[in-house]
Amino acid sequence: MLILAALLGPAVLFGLALLAATVSRRRWANAAVYGACALVAVAGLAVAVTALLNGSTETLTLPLGIPWIGMHFRLDALAAVFLVVVNLGGAVASLFAIGYGRHETSPERVVPFVPAFIAAMNLVVVSDDAFTFLFAWECMSVLSWALVVSHDRDPQNLRAGLIYVAMAGFGTFALMICFAVMAAGGDFTFAAMRAHGAGLPGLVLALALLGAGSKAGIFPLHAWLPLAHPAAPGHVSALMSGVMTKVAVYGFIRITFDLMGPVDWTLSLAVIAIGAVTALLGVLYALMQHDLKRLLAYHTVENIGIIFVALGMALAFRAAHLPAAAALAATAALFHVFNHSLFKSLLFFGAGAIQNATGTRDIDRLGGLIRTMPQTALAFLIGATAISALPPLNGFASEWMVFQAAFLSGSLPQWGLRLLIPTAAAILALSAALAAACFVKAFGVTFLGRARSAAATAARETDRVSRLAMAALAGGCIVAGVVPGFFTNLLGPASQMLTTARMPIANAVSPLVPVAANHNTYSGLIIALGLIGATLLVAALVHLLANRATRRSDTWDCGHPEINLLAQYSAGSFAQPIRRVYASIAFGARETVEMPAPCDLAPAKFTATLHDSAWELLYAPVGKTIGFLADRLNPFQYLTIRAYLGIVFVALVLLLTGLAIWS
Amino acid sequence: MDTLTVAHFLAGSLVLLSFSLLYQDRLPPLINTFAAQSLVLALAIGWQAETQHAPHLLITAAIEFGFKTVLIPLVLTWIIRNLKIHRTVEIVVGVGPTILAGMALVGLAMALMMRATPGIGVLARQDLVFALSVVLLGMLMMVTRRNAVSQVIGFMSIENGLVLAATGAKGMPFVVETSVAFSVLIALIVTGIFLFRIRERFDSMDVAVIDQFRGER
Repeated sequence: MLILAALLGPAVLFGLALLAATVSRRRWANAAVYGACALVAVAGLAVAVTALLNGSTETLTLPLGIPWIGMHFRLDALAAVFLVVVNLGGAVASLFAIGYGRHETSPERVVPFVPAFIAAMNLVVVSDDAFTFLFAWECMSVLSWALVVSHDRDPQNLRAGLIYVAMAGFGTFALMICFAVMAAGGDFTFAAMRAHGAGLPGLVLALALLGAGSKAGIFPLHAWLPLAHPAAPGHVSALMSGVMTKVAVYGFIRITFDLMGPVDWTLSLAVIAIGAVTALLGVLYALMQHDLKRLLAYHTVENIGIIFVALGMALAFRAAHLPAAAALAATAALFHVFNHSLFKSLLFFGAGAIQNATGTRDIDRLGGLIRTMPQTALAFLIGATAISALPPLNGFASEWMVFQAAFLSGSLPQWGLRLLIPTAAAILALSAALAAACFVKAFGVTFLGRARSAAATAARETDRVSRLAMAALAGGCIVAGVVPGFFTNLLGPASQMLTTARMPIANAVSPLVPVAANHNTYSGLIIALGLIGATLLVAALVHLLANRATRRSDTWDCGHPEINLLAQYSAGSFAQPIRRVYASIAFGARETVEMPAPCDLAPAKFTATLHDSAWELLYAPVGKTIGFLADRLNPFQYLTIRAYLGIVFVALVLLLTGLAIWS
Repeated sequence: MDTLTVAHFLAGSLVLLSFSLLYQDRLPPLINTFAAQSLVLALAIGWQAETQHAPHLLITAAIEFGFKTVLIPLVLTWIIRNLKIHRTVEIVVGVGPTILAGMALVGLAMALMMRATPGIGVLARQDLVFALSVVLLGMLMMVTRRNAVSQVIGFMSIENGLVLAATGAKGMPFVVETSVAFSVLIALIVTGIFLFRIRERFDSMDVAVIDQFRGER
């Protein structure tokens, strides 16, 4: 009974959370709670991998929740894949937190919520009826909200928490309507919905995009994500960005691929288009950020876009009865889900370690950290290389599979898709290139050059446990990039379930075959060996051919002759060309230079302004309307008791009169 | 007299006593009138127990009699004696308009119930009309009175209307009637404490003083 084991994990974690609430102020609580949490998550990971290898489907009904209906659970291949993501992310984040959490100023506001948060995400994945799903989903939202506002002294965190909780409520509401539409017969179990199929597929898909998409961070519902993810402590940011967005993707897959039954190809157009726009705008937003964690959060938006493009292609291929291509696209999406959870957690760990060491997230105050934090720098570099989709790391492997699926779009019968998919692929290629540029900026300004502030100069390497967690994830990125075949094999049953087909079975040595051996293939191992070989060759050549003769010349000034360290090439300098080319259209970016009058000794001033049109057109009007109404209703808070009684009385009489007249 | 006519007569008396509550401007007669209303209610419930062959309604009737006819009026009398407000005359603004408004409310209740409940007997429908009238008149009293004790009595007479409606309907679960009856007792305890606290703080029973304290008027 694997499903019992899979449910035992969340139960233990909830218990652990209660226990943690009582002891969290003790000195040993941090290590004990996170250590136990990591162990439970590792056990959950083992259960999930066993379920994937078995490939069986188990269901269970427990007499909890609503009387006589109970809670339904189901462990199938899709759920197992996401259980792997949740528990792997949870285990590594707990490990990182053993070290990171020691710097926490108020652990009682963080420690109890983390195990419960991981447990809620586990429950979402294994739930098999709408009530259980929404209950776990809402638990996940509320617990993560509590973590976002854990440092409530900072007004920005409170604002982030408010926007997050409003968006989370909106998303759950959309999902609730979505399930209500699908459960036309009044039976809210997923089994009934699966048998029934969706009556109004367009509406259901739109609601799934609104509900699950707002949690995942698709444009333009992403606005809360870059505010809330950075506000939380480092390991929680990693959990939210690396894991919770994936649970949202799971919700979308469960509804569109599993519960809705066959989906018309026209609906895939919307998914692909939204994914492509999300990917491009996500990376453009990221390029404009100078806050390291916010930059990473915007990259989550970008990667969610990539995943949605792949999912949309899988829907399109499935509708056209091209199972091999659909399997490729679905496997690519799931593999990217897994990969993104690895490298995004790794990068957020790095950002958390840097914040602990220097007290700032503003990359223009950092610099030169590669000398004081060499191991963090190496781990961050591996994560940055992976997210920039450079071989031989895992980001490249999954994005390559997405592109291979896009190349197969020529075999689709519909012209709309044959035009849209290559366009989306071109946009993805552009955003991958921009992501690489963004991480050159992030890594270069943070770790290279010279320290731009006293805090950055005084930085010390982070503790050993945190480094162990980062090393584990970096190792994962390398393994998944070098032998992607192992992972696509594991994803086979899930792909089988979603698209009735799976990718060809791969083994460690032979190259990854997306469709058939006469198409393109990719061998991460050969690329990795080639890269190592080339590096060794160049090193040897440099060693052999270098000139040992002494020369007299100026000392090399590292490219910045100015003594002022702030005059180094900054994040803004990196972003400027891209801001001029793309952001002037996307965000209405404008630059103004104010030169002082001749003979005036005042400094010249350079200002760059950006407009977030999604915020200004979509969110600001809603906020203004609510504010206006709240102001109008405000006097009702300060009436006399008799006035309240009078209002109730008059309202009752008016309603009754209305009823008497019209009934 | 057939059974329904008696029920009808008792329910009608309740409405009449509600009207009488509206214009009592001294507290002891107000409490007495409330006790009389509760007594009539207990009789009405007892009659329902007889006609519906529902012995559990006798328990409700006993609760109503014990609490609302005896205990609550005694406690309220004790409270106003302790607070030394039993001789004060409350200025009831506009007795005439209030009574007219009360009549309009009864008309409203009649118009509504006659439309909302077709298909049951005329007398049973009029019972519901009376119950709704008692509720609405109680609310009217709460709105028009300024003295906290009068407001409490208005609240209790709303409860009387609710209990009348609950016992008049056949097959209403016993738990509903008893819980409504018990809720009044809880309300008495809370309001009793509340009244002493108001007096302690503001040296008056006029709720307008609380409004002044909150800084609005």
